[in-house]
Amino acid sequence: MLALAIPIAFALMSLALLLNLWRVVRGPDLPDRILALDTLYINSIALLVLFGIHLDTMIYFEVALLIAMMGFVGTVAVAKYLLRGDIIE
Amino acid sequence: METIIEALVALFLLIGAAFALVGSIGLAKLPDFFMRLHGPTKATTLGVGGMIVGSVLYFSTRGEGLSLHELLVTLFLFITAPVSAHMLAKAALHLRLRTVERTRGEGALPRGDAE
Repeated sequence: MLALAIPIAFALMSLALLLNLWRVVRGPDLPDRILALDTLYINSIALLVLFGIHLDTMIYFEVALLIAMMGFVGTVAVAKYLLRGDIIE
Repeated sequence: METIIEALVALFLLIGAAFALVGSIGLAKLPDFFMRLHGPTKATTLGVGGMIVGSVLYFSTRGEGLSLHELLVTLFLFITAPVSAHMLAKAALHLRLRTVERTRGEGALPRGDAE
């Protein structure tokens, strides 16, 4: 059953990533692009977890955690830059 | 027993992927920024949550004991998603992005096609 579910889940996640990429390219404003990048990294975390199940290894959880932390810091930094014109005042 | 666990894992993986896809469709299709904010912050976070629950089930039944450190990722995402959404909404209000007619609140935001 997993042999069927994992490829379907891969296909759905890939479609989601393509839609996010389309929003990054399309814009139209800067917050839209930041939001799309934010969604892109969250979806890539889900894709990594799925890949870990597919390969039957637990190595990728640390990677997922690192991406979650760095992505959050990046999103907050860019949003702060848009809000104040500066990151650390 | 093994089959039931496998079916549950497959179900959670599919639910997670479907929610993530719904969030991304919302991000791609909704008409202005404040509507677009809904899809990723709610549906996509829940999608990752479903995926992680499937992963916890899968690795906990491998015979190596309970595997809970995936839950850290979910916990972190559940804490940070509202914070980043709040920051982005404040930035969008500050930049006075265009909104469609149906978007309510604040009143003074300029109307227009923000597609």
